[in-house]
Amino acid sequence: MIIDKVKKLNGEEAVRTKNESASDRMIGKWVKCDNCKEIIYKEDFHKNLSVCPNCGKHFRLSARRRIKQIADEGTFKEIGGDILTKDPLHFEGYLKKVEMLKEKTKIEEAVKCGTCEIEGQKAVLGVMDGNFLMGSMGSAVGERITLAIETAIKKKLPLIMFCVSGGARMQEGIVSLMQMAKTSSAIAKLNEEGLLYISVFTDPTTGGVTASFASLGDIILAEPKALIGFAGPRVIEQTIKQKLPDGFQRSEFLLEHGFIDKIVERKDMKETLAKLIRLHIKKLR
Amino acid sequence: MSKITAWDKVQLARELDRPKALDYINSLFEEFIELHGDRCFGDDKSIVGGIATLEGKPVTVIGEQKGKNVKENMERNFGMPEPEGYRKALRLMKQAEKFKRPIITFIDTPGAYPGMGAEERGQGEAIARNLMEMSRIKVPIICIVIGEGSSGGALAIGVGDRVVMLENAVYSILSPEGFASILYKDSSKAKEAAENMKLTANDLKKLGIIDKIIKEPENGAQNDFETVINDIKKYLVQNIKKLEELTEKKLIEQRYEKFRNM
Repeated sequence: MIIDKVKKLNGEEAVRTKNESASDRMIGKWVKCDNCKEIIYKEDFHKNLSVCPNCGKHFRLSARRRIKQIADEGTFKEIGGDILTKDPLHFEGYLKKVEMLKEKTKIEEAVKCGTCEIEGQKAVLGVMDGNFLMGSMGSAVGERITLAIETAIKKKLPLIMFCVSGGARMQEGIVSLMQMAKTSSAIAKLNEEGLLYISVFTDPTTGGVTASFASLGDIILAEPKALIGFAGPRVIEQTIKQKLPDGFQRSEFLLEHGFIDKIVERKDMKETLAKLIRLHIKKLR
Repeated sequence: MSKITAWDKVQLARELDRPKALDYINSLFEEFIELHGDRCFGDDKSIVGGIATLEGKPVTVIGEQKGKNVKENMERNFGMPEPEGYRKALRLMKQAEKFKRPIITFIDTPGAYPGMGAEERGQGEAIARNLMEMSRIKVPIICIVIGEGSSGGALAIGVGDRVVMLENAVYSILSPEGFASILYKDSSKAKEAAENMKLTANDLKKLGIIDKIIKEPENGAQNDFETVINDIKKYLVQNIKKLEELTEKKLIEQRYEKFRNM
């Protein structure tokens, strides 16, 4: 009903792509918050970093928008952008699906990594993108992330990873599973070099990404109310045959159980990262 | 003998009377002292571990333990570890490093347990930490998939210098049922999934994921366990010797490169 009203307001057809899902309904110039049902002018919504100005819900961000929010303007230089999807299982329809997604999302894979500056300080930044096969990790994602980690080692830079993922990518089978070992081994190497790694959980991060590099930060941050877990809530409910309590596997729950350091709102994220990087530079002197 | 399909192998790998981790441990090694607990929360019975001797040489052994009947399986949680299991495994691996003992792991799990408690106590963190730490442990690690190697729950004790599979074992990103329910939206298509997942020892050898296939007698390792044990023992002795000739630095470098190239 509200949507109809908005349609009228806009005088145009409702546009709802699969990427936006129910959580990010774009209707012409307006957005409806699926949490508080508030209707927000799209420009205001994006100015507010894709956070609902009414209830504070943090909506999912594309890698492009995230990089814009975190990296100083014009400083992001991509690493491994030429590493593309492989099809080790020759899984029927997989590459075709990837091509379709590329066309639709205008991105090549589920993570974008690069060097950048954050408040003038150099860093390696990796940002996953949930619009691309749920941010799942196959060989290209694993390779790009490993290259980013190795770049941090080579250039002695801090590493920041924004995580959003459904886990290891099914279509690439065992090769996806091995990306967990590969990325985690690279983090082990980074640790031996005494370099800083900050991992940021965003909604949702589950499966093989939670069970590898995402959980290995020296400092682990999370956006408010992000779903974070190894097993997905549906799998757990099927296993234990009961409904999970509200807030189970959310950022606040993980903070309480000791698995993350701090919950940081999007508006404070860049400043917090910059501050943490600065504190580690001082330590080195 | 007619050709065995991938799905047949999934069935063989899951057979109740197929030898389990403790059968291998008790047959391969002269002595075995089981050690318990993760020193944080509890003792997970779906992972066993301890010190043993391989032809007189002390080694650390770790295995995912399934049961052979309902009662045993209840006790072992069907071989599905909770975080405590992985933390116990890591504790024992760190202990092995301290005392310069090679490590041998036996992989056999349908996956890490997806329960509330496991999530509360950091299932993801426990697996991640094992992957990271195993990549830097300064003693040889040999991992053997003896039955079902499913998901991160298998990999969490699977980052080794050599990864070996029994001929009828399977190793995959997820169980065929889980895979089918995600990609075909229908878990009853598990058979079809199994054929497409490249989860048999032959497939994985071709993909470069594993180093060696240990032959099994027809219808599974239980039908001539002695021969299987002898073959594994020979492989272990030979490869531990080779790996111990490397410097610690070289050993770690080679292990890094092995997974780096996947």
